[in-house]
Formats: sequence, structure tokens, C-alpha cells
Amino acid sequence: MSLLSFLRRRGSAPVAHQRLQILLAHERAVIGQSDLITVLREEILAGIAKHVRMDPEKVQVKMERGDVVSTLEVEVEIPLNTRLAAPIGKA
Amino acid sequence: MAKVVVVTSGKGGVGKTTSTAAIGVALALGGEKVAVVDFDVGLRNLDLVMGAERRVVYDLIDVVQGNAKLSQALIRDKRVDTLSLLPASQTRDKDALSEEGVSRVIDELRQNFDWIICDSPAGIERGATLAMRHADIAIVVANPEVSSVRDSDRIIGLLDSKTRKAEKGERIEKHLLLTRYDSGRAKRGEMLRTEDVLDILSIPLLGIIPESQEVLRASNLGQPIVASNATSAPARAYLDAVRRLKGETVAMMIPSNRTGVFAKLFRQRAA
Repeated sequence: MSLLSFLRRRGSAPVAHQRLQILLAHERAVIGQSDLITVLREEILAGIAKHVRMDPEKVQVKMERGDVVSTLEVEVEIPLNTRLAAPIGKA
Repeated sequence: MAKVVVVTSGKGGVGKTTSTAAIGVALALGGEKVAVVDFDVGLRNLDLVMGAERRVVYDLIDVVQGNAKLSQALIRDKRVDTLSLLPASQTRDKDALSEEGVSRVIDELRQNFDWIICDSPAGIERGATLAMRHADIAIVVANPEVSSVRDSDRIIGLLDSKTRKAEKGERIEKHLLLTRYDSGRAKRGEMLRTEDVLDILSIPLLGIIPESQEVLRASNLGQPIVASNATSAPARAYLDAVRRLKGETVAMMIPSNRTGVFAKLFRQRAA
């Protein structure tokens, strides 16, 4: 074993520490975010589905996180011949 | 006022069951009334580690579903009479645990014991979330290893959102128990040091359990580590951790594996 590889082996714990710091900083943000997306998407879609029949495949949800403002974009394709899924008030 | 403690980790194989048994015995040796509850339905092992595997008649699911009374299912420990075990079912799956049923069992345990120690299954699914649901205190068991630390971070997130205390807007008390620690390797930079793990997880340290052959020996014998060899390094580390759990201030030492008269002299300060 060369001296260089011996030194590198000694250094594996600091590498582990650094990798964890970077990974978890990312995961903590992403987990919070994906929960919010899921909740918003499900509630918005449930709201639309009360009145309109729609194809779950034709729905797109995007989120962009900025420093100051974040945006949520929901795109739902509603075919021209769509009717009310249920009479309002009886659903 | 009874305290409900969950021993959890996310990752499997880090020492939840060993720690549950050791902490349960250590608390009971101090005269506290303790129930250890195995939530790992389908993969029960706390009975085996406690040496009670041949005494299981009824289990947690039987009590949850009302097929047996709590007093019928509890197994009194043969070493310490203030310690009882509520085993998990080996033949059912975790779906048999209802939220209301678990809540009822925990309430009844609270009336009869000072400490209820819940051994969580690995993972973040139903079994794990139900085990942590009613906890006042969480002991997060982690090894100084990247995958274990990452999973612990995830579990801490769940403790802060999915427990009843968190939902009521209260803070759940969380402690880190670092197991399988090798201070020699940590000093040489081969293993995450205690302060590395604390820096990442940011929860207070309950104890450091050194890597030791005694742990396997204890589980081979079905004797919790604190009961099998109370002077061994891991046993002393668990006894110290339990004193901290009870609110005492105990200097953070890593007991060494040396045995005999010199053992205490060679106790090392935490790295």
C-alpha cells in the first residue's frame, strides 16, 4: 500500500461527514417540498373532480422554488365535450 | 406520571432491540416499573433477546383486538420482577394493528407502569409510525455510518410531524444513542466521530455504546446486556445512558472493553 493511499484511507470519515451534510441539506428541503406539492395537487384535483370528469394522465403539476417567491403551476386538460360529473350540491 | 419512550432508527440492524432490552432492564433494576413492548409485528425478536421466547402465550395484536387482556399477555421478567414484556405477534402482519387499539393499550400500560419502552420496527411504514405515535420521548439509535445517519435524519423528521405530541404542537423529547462505536477508529479518522453525527442530527446525546463482543454473547444467551455482564463496557454505557434518561447529569464517557480492576481507570473521555 502506498503512502498516498494510506493517507486517503485515514480520511474516509471526513468524507462521510461532508457527503451527509450535503445530502441531508438537500433531502430536508425536498421532503418538505414534495409533501406540499402532494397536498396541493390532491386537494386542487379533488376540487376540480367534483365538477368535471378528467383524465388523471392529462394533469401536470410543476413547482418552482425561488428565493422570494415560489410558484405552483397546475395544468388540467378538459375536453370540449365534458359535462358536469355530478349535479352541484348532490356530490 | 408514566413516560412512553420509543426506540427507533429507520435503518434495521443498528441495535434497537438490544437497546430496548438493555434500557428496560437498567430502569427496572433501579426499582422503576417498566413494560417493554415489541411493535415489530411479524418479525418479533424482543422476546428472544430477553430470553422469554418460550413463555409467549398472547401478544400485542391479541390485546389490540380484544382477544386477551393486557394482564394475560404481559410476561413478567424472571430476573427483575418490576419488568414486563408485551411481545409482538409472529404470525400476523402490521395491518392488524389499529390506531385506536394501540392507543387503548398504551393508555392501559400508562396506568400500570412508570416507563413504557416501545421497540419500533425498522422502516418508516405503519408499524414504525404506530410505535412512535404515543411517545413522550424518542431514543434514536444510530451507528456512526452514513446510511444509518441519513435514516435517523428521516426518522427525526417523522417524530416532529407524525407523533401525537407533534400534532398537538408540543415538542417530543429526542435523544441520540450512538451504538457500535469504536473510539480508536473514530480517532484515526476511519469512522464518523460523535461530534460529526451530533453536528448533522442536532439532537442531544443520550449515550455512546462501544462496539463489543459482549452484545452478541448476551443475545446468544437471551440475557439483556445489562443483566448478562453488568460490568462489561456496553452494559456500563447503557447504565449511564439510563441515568441520563432519568434526568441525572452523567459525564459522557465511552467505557472501554478492558475488564477488571483497571477498567474504570481506563475509561476514555468522549472523542
